[in-house]
Amino acid sequence: MRLLEPVGKLALDALEFHGRCISLLGLTVRGLFRKPFDGRALATQVVRVGVDGLPVVLLTAVFTGAVLALQTYVGFKRFHAEAWVGSVVALSMLRELAPVLTGLMVTGRSGSAMAAEIGSMRVTEQIDALVSLATDPVQYLFVPRILAGIIVVPMLVVLANAVGILGGYLVAVRLLGANPVVYVQNTFQYLTMNDLWSGLVKAGVFGFLLTLIGCQQGFDTTNGAEGVGRSTTAAVVLGSLAILVSDFFLTKVLF
Amino acid sequence: MAEPVPEAPPEIRLTGLSKRFGQKVVLDGLDLEVGKGESVVILGKSGVGKSVLLKHLIGLLEPDSGTVEIEGESLWGASRSRRDEIRRRFGMSFQEGALFDSMSVGENIAFPLKRHTRMTPAEVRARVAECLALVKLHGMEARRPSELSGGMRRRVGFARAIALKPEVLLFDEPTTGLDPITTDVLARVMIDLRDEMSPTMVTITHDLKVAFALAERVALLDRGKILVDLPPREFEASSDPRVRAFVQGDGSADEESGFPEEAAV
Repeated sequence: MRLLEPVGKLALDALEFHGRCISLLGLTVRGLFRKPFDGRALATQVVRVGVDGLPVVLLTAVFTGAVLALQTYVGFKRFHAEAWVGSVVALSMLRELAPVLTGLMVTGRSGSAMAAEIGSMRVTEQIDALVSLATDPVQYLFVPRILAGIIVVPMLVVLANAVGILGGYLVAVRLLGANPVVYVQNTFQYLTMNDLWSGLVKAGVFGFLLTLIGCQQGFDTTNGAEGVGRSTTAAVVLGSLAILVSDFFLTKVLF
Repeated sequence: MAEPVPEAPPEIRLTGLSKRFGQKVVLDGLDLEVGKGESVVILGKSGVGKSVLLKHLIGLLEPDSGTVEIEGESLWGASRSRRDEIRRRFGMSFQEGALFDSMSVGENIAFPLKRHTRMTPAEVRARVAECLALVKLHGMEARRPSELSGGMRRRVGFARAIALKPEVLLFDEPTTGLDPITTDVLARVMIDLRDEMSPTMVTITHDLKVAFALAERVALLDRGKILVDLPPREFEASSDPRVRAFVQGDGSADEESGFPEEAAV
């Protein structure tokens, strides 16, 4: 019996986490359609998640594209398919790597920051103060952050796509001596609009998940400074897991 | 003979309020009434659940059983938005001020005004200045909360709590952890607020000096219930052993029972 106890506890914790996220999401949606809509708070979050996160996301993308070109070149050379490196890089970036890696980077930067900020508001009674000032804390804190996530992560992914393809191009053309015209032609020849869209839909879902989890972890912080640390870690771990797991199912649905 | 006029419901009425956290019973069928314009101070040892009680008055915590009525209207029987409307009649000051640290002092005080009134920016500025003057912090609008001392932060918290001219003011441990001089300054500010606005006031503290200066009624919270509820003079003179122990700061009764309360925290 003792052996089953941790398993049961894990299952209960998981259920509780999901239930909590869903009920907070309900309150967020309710808050979205209620006055006042805080446009300035949304703008602040867009800047924090998007503009401030841009360098990290672009660096990740350029090196991902570069290493992808390098690796596929090594592999494809073995069966004389070097010509298709450009297609592989573009397809992989658009459909998979740009959305997932951008999602993970934004989770690490912004999901954690949201958990830490809202968590310290919780432990210093600032959230209680919001309630005492007749302000719905979920509406005030969650709505701008989650909207910012849904809007900004796809925008970051568009740029990551471009920069990733550029990284692949630089490696292939400058380092490996591929023909620039052929490489560019191959890059775009087999791409469809669906490749772009499916990546952007994923990005929107990731942006939603990582901000919801970041806000939830912060909001449910207990136990003072130590609790804030724990929420921040959990926001990154759970946010990253949510992205990787949902990525599989989204790919299955979106092709 | 004329029919007696039905009495207006009290500002706040708690009936059979119970709350537990896990195994620990904090409030155990507590009853309390606070009349309009009355100033009640609730005393009690640390960890006895004073803040928990205060948080029930404004609906920050939902009781496990029992009711919270504000002017006869049940707080938890009301809808979410109605509850927010009821809350607008309250101003609450928190232990460490609970100022929004992403905002300046002025923005903190302006926050409820911008959210709940249609005041013009000039009117908001004027009201913010007025509130800061009431807590003797003229011209501090541009300061950040992190630049303020503990006593000042709490006074800004007072100013934010009174911005909407609430009918009920709640103070959660306004002087805890402050030196005697700052405590005296805060007590004076609170007395000024009481005289200026004549609100209904509920203050939680374990500072007897503050309690007797502010209160029209002093209640002692012990083991989840209100043990005694008396005017300050009678409270001081009460012969109840637990009141005597509290007034004299005598821990021997707890010592004999092996500090059970202490151990439970």
